Amino acid sequence: MGYLVAASLSEALDALGRPDAAVIAGGTDWFPAQGSRPLKGDLVDITRVPGLRGITQDAGGWRIGGATTWTDLIRADLPPAFDGIKAAAREVGSIQIQNAGTVAGNLCNASPAADGVPPLLTLGAVVELASTRGIRRMGLSEFLKGPRQTARMPGEVLTALIIPDLPVGAQGTFLKLGARHYLVISIAMVAALVTLDRGRIVQAAVAVGSCSATAQRLPALEADLTGRSAADVLAAGAGVILPAHLAPLAPIGDVRGSADYRMEAASTLCARALHMAIEQGGQSHG
Amino acid sequence: MDKRTAPDLTAFHLNGQVVEVAADPGERLSHALRERLGAKDVKIGCNAGDCGACTVLVDGAPVCACLMPVQQAAGAKVETLTGLVKADPHADRLVNSFQAHQAAQCGICTPGMMVSAVALLRAQSAPDAAQVQDALGGVLCRCTGYRKIIDAVVEAGAGHAPAPEGSGDVGTTIRRLDGLPKVTGTEAFGDDVAPPDALVLRVIRSPHAHAGFTFGDLDGFRAANPGIVAVLTAADVPGLNAFGVIPGFIDQPVFAVDHVLFRGDAVAAVVGDAATMARFDPADFPVTWEPRPPLMEVEDALAPGAAQLHPGRAHNIMCGGHVACGDAEAALARADVTVEGQFTTVFVEHGYIEPEAGFAMMDGDRVVVQACTQAPVMDQDALMQILALPRERIRIVPTAVGGGFGSKIDVSLQPFLALAAIRTGRAVRMTYERVETMQSTTKRHPAAISMRIGASRDGRLCGMTFDGDFNTGAYASWGPTVANRVPVHASGPYRVADYRATTRAVNTNCVPAGAFRGFGVPQSAVAQESLFDMLAARLGMDALEFRILNALDNGVPTVCGQVFAQGVGVKPCLEALRPAWAAAQADCDTFNVAHATRKRGVGVAAGWYGCGNTSMPNPSTIRAGLRADGTVVLHQGAMDIGQGSNTVIPQIFARAFGVPVHDIALIGADTDLTPDAGKTSASRQTFVTGNAARLAGEALRKAVLGQVNASPDAVITLDTAGLTVTDGAQTFTLDLARLSPNPAGYVLEVAETYDPPTKPLDKNGQGEPYAQYGYAAHLVVVEVDIPLGRVRPLRFVAAHDVGQAINPLLVEGQVHGGIAQGLGMALMEEYIPHRTENLHDYLIPTIGDVPPIETLIVEVPDAHGPYGAKGLGEHVLIPTAPAILNAIAHATGARITRLPATPARVRAALKEAGHA
Ligand SMILES: Cc1cc2nc3c(=O)[nH]c(=O)nc-3n(C[C@H](O)[C@H](O)[C@H](O)COP(=O)(O)OP(=O)(O)OC[C@H]3O[C@@H](n4cnc5c(N)ncnc54)[C@H](O)[C@@H]3O)c2cc1C
Ligand code: FES
Ligand code: FES
Repeated sequence: MGYLVAASLSEALDALGRPDAAVIAGGTDWFPAQGSRPLKGDLVDITRVPGLRGITQDAGGWRIGGATTWTDLIRADLPPAFDGIKAAAREVGSIQIQNAGTVAGNLCNASPAADGVPPLLTLGAVVELASTRGIRRMGLSEFLKGPRQTARMPGEVLTALIIPDLPVGAQGTFLKLGARHYLVISIAMVAALVTLDRGRIVQAAVAVGSCSATAQRLPALEADLTGRSAADVLAAGAGVILPAHLAPLAPIGDVRGSADYRMEAASTLCARALHMAIEQGGQSHG
Repeated sequence: MDKRTAPDLTAFHLNGQVVEVAADPGERLSHALRERLGAKDVKIGCNAGDCGACTVLVDGAPVCACLMPVQQAAGAKVETLTGLVKADPHADRLVNSFQAHQAAQCGICTPGMMVSAVALLRAQSAPDAAQVQDALGGVLCRCTGYRKIIDAVVEAGAGHAPAPEGSGDVGTTIRRLDGLPKVTGTEAFGDDVAPPDALVLRVIRSPHAHAGFTFGDLDGFRAANPGIVAVLTAADVPGLNAFGVIPGFIDQPVFAVDHVLFRGDAVAAVVGDAATMARFDPADFPVTWEPRPPLMEVEDALAPGAAQLHPGRAHNIMCGGHVACGDAEAALARADVTVEGQFTTVFVEHGYIEPEAGFAMMDGDRVVVQACTQAPVMDQDALMQILALPRERIRIVPTAVGGGFGSKIDVSLQPFLALAAIRTGRAVRMTYERVETMQSTTKRHPAAISMRIGASRDGRLCGMTFDGDFNTGAYASWGPTVANRVPVHASGPYRVADYRATTRAVNTNCVPAGAFRGFGVPQSAVAQESLFDMLAARLGMDALEFRILNALDNGVPTVCGQVFAQGVGVKPCLEALRPAWAAAQADCDTFNVAHATRKRGVGVAAGWYGCGNTSMPNPSTIRAGLRADGTVVLHQGAMDIGQGSNTVIPQIFARAFGVPVHDIALIGADTDLTPDAGKTSASRQTFVTGNAARLAGEALRKAVLGQVNASPDAVITLDTAGLTVTDGAQTFTLDLARLSPNPAGYVLEVAETYDPPTKPLDKNGQGEPYAQYGYAAHLVVVEVDIPLGRVRPLRFVAAHDVGQAINPLLVEGQVHGGIAQGLGMALMEEYIPHRTENLHDYLIPTIGDVPPIETLIVEVPDAHGPYGAKGLGEHVLIPTAPAILNAIAHATGARITRLPATPARVRAALKEAGHA
């Protein structure tokens, strides 16, 4: 039973080689899950590993370090494509939670209601995992296997999220539905990413969370949107979403809402998020 | 691990000082701060990030100390409220503005609020309300309704000096007399008082709603765990292994004997040193459960052949209540218009931010219990039976109470602590975990209500029937009170000549339901006030004017046949809403024309509540004395759970005695020092204890004036010279040294008792249940997002007849807090055993959910009230939920009959009402 504040990635990876060793970052998922049960294994704290915190840009795109907090993300200077993930960050719990909780922790915890996932899916995020065996990468949807299940192997640290470069003018949005303001688990949430060119949608990505075991992109909707005129989509109102578009969703009913309600809310939120993206994208890029 | 930090020291800066702790690996920063470094200003409400009470600044950023491993803080700058108050100018301004706005009621959330506010003010000068909400959104408050907190932070940010306070006389606003420690982080709550070497107790509770159980080898378990000092079970209870609050219904075991009746039922307690208990896993305790089918719903419990949970309660019906006057069925038959409806409400959690906490120790052969409580003398009564000890051997010293709202009237951890202190001879402490308090302490009763109401064409009520089943859970608690109160109140504050109301309290395998602000009346008001709107609509009448037409009045009998010659204030409350009602309807109409997917509506509802026990004695006694040095001391035993009795009772006493309130020395609740002022419940403290304080003030005044034969209107002055009496042109300085002090040190001492005049109820509930009622009417404007079913209240106007506001800002504080709770009950709160047992899944309103509230204080003096004052504590919640439901119906035509009106339920109702 011990606590290691890792001073380097290799130190963290070595320590994680031991049985019963777990990563801790912001602790905002770890402590509530642990409750008052005594700690049995070792904890490896990755928050001080040099280079793991912060957002950088290089030839391959944007890199969100594996210890980057929600607050770091909110404060970073990023293009409008990141407006969705930033909006999600502002809706994670409270300022206290955003100051401690990390984007990577949100993904590794793999809650179906994780607010970070839909916007990152629309951004085409790739997950980078490191272990003493080396580094591997995979798409976020491949990484998320199910509720509380990921492709992360024992001993691996999520070192970064890589967001490939996006078309200039891509606009992200995010909408979250909960039963109260602040500190609320989403009943449903939607992220959209839309790129307009001379009034037409040239690229669209939409993802829905809390309505399936893991958040889902909506490829049929995205395909239908591509090439359509933005004015058209705005004029269609809520009718822009067809039942077939939502086929990837399989919501469950729980204390927060019934399955039918979730499906309907997802549809409403998709339409609203798209409209917002079109309006904001139109404003900032002519 | 080569470089493990444990058992290494972790060093950081705490409020400017370098500190070092030898903490366990992964120990919460909050624990290290409180238990190893004495920073008790860091409060623990949930240990899960949900309440924000533990907020501290780490390198300037607010974080939940309960979610940060202390090792992560190594080298960092950690700031807590006490440090900020000393060193930060923003904190200094907040200390002032929080007091001026009474932004701290119970004060348990205040450190989290203020620390978050300091971080905001450092980053943002002069923030607006929305910025304050964003910054403080992570801290829950169950008392204030948040608006006064927003005002206080905005004012501190703007750098304005708070408005000056009043004189302190009855009718003026002053700061809370006990307010300063709440805003400086020095207030001592239940978890803050145990000596450092106290043993720690944990209770083993049932994970099943219904089960038999057997213990394994308890001696072996103890022997295998050397740090464990004692294991307590039913066999260790020397007296009655039961507690409860109502004679004849003392049915909840301290420790279950061989079967449990709800998830959370206690079976044993484990006591050990703090280090051992920190590593203790209750899963290791040797007990085997044999689950039995549980009865969770009233229908299950009433079903033929259902298991009977308690002897003598056939069909699991614990008790019932009944009030009838006139002939309700005949009146309904002749009514021109009738409406009827079924309404369902759910378990509601009190959600105080301070979990039950305290400690017990021996003082010679006496056991002393220091814990948070709403009813110290009732705690003493319960312990006398359980411990088989006489009253003199039990002392209850209440700590500050971080919210109660009814649940802390019942005993919770007191029996465990007292038994353990007696057994071990040592100080023993305990703090309920959040899940434990939610699983095991009482809730608001779920109600299933059927109601019919008739009216004649001219709009006058004509017949009303009410049938309500209340799920009272596994044990009685205050269930009988709910069953009795509801039929008395279910008519609402209206003239109803032909009435029948019948209730049943039914035992199930749910958590016990008990006292919660309003004792069942908020539930019955949902049914009655919703049906009133439907009735008004059927009659083609304005909903507010319909209520005014039927409002109860002086000289008109209540449904219990009680006639008040004076003091009935519901009509003035309703009339006070007329301007806001007209304006809000116009605003909604304008908005709705312009918007298709969002609709606004306005709703009203009224309520009443009888102050004090129902037709039962419930005296309060106040003691006061004059010392030889001229100090006047008030022994004030009415528990202040945030509502303000520590301020109101002295204000009343000071008026009666005839000196400024700030000249009076106060002694707070302690069963050794303060006589019984009864429980803090039933909106009775201002009325009942207030009267005792008035009588005590008058008696002491008479005694003082008698010393110099001064006339009754002489002026008493207290100053450094002692006590002076000025009678017309004459001035006497009392030579108090010539009087010999009594053993308590007083040269003059008085004790006065007040018991409200009531009369018993007959079998039809006819009689005089209360000496006074208070009255209320609320108006709310809501906006409904039609496609999503999300309801957002936009503003409230609340009119309350309090007879005489003793301290008007305290009145506003109660109104705001009650509205926030009513809003939660209406829109989001649902306690489901096993599923919403924490503040993550059980949602209470946050600072983002409570809109601006305008309070209209109506003063129709009551002949029985001290200076005309009436009770208020529960009235504030009663009209809120039905007003919201009525506003939703006005906005959309959809009528919600099942609480809470979550987005999913509202959306379903909207579709049923024909919305796309
Ligand atoms: C009060 C409260 C409110 C919340 N509200 C929201 C909300 O609104 N929306 C939302 O989505 N979430 C919410 N959360 C959940 C949580 O805050 C987020 O999921 C957060 O992003 C988790 O990050 P963390 O750094 O705190 O993770 P930790 O608790 O430190 O870790 C979580 C899990 O991930 C693992 N892990 C963390 N980082 C890595 C890494 N780099 N590599 C490998 N494994 C890793 C840990 O071993 C652990 O199993 C809330 C939590 C609380 C307590
Ligand atoms: S105690 Fe830390 S958030 Fe509640
Ligand atoms: S004052 Fe905020 S919880 Fe009591």
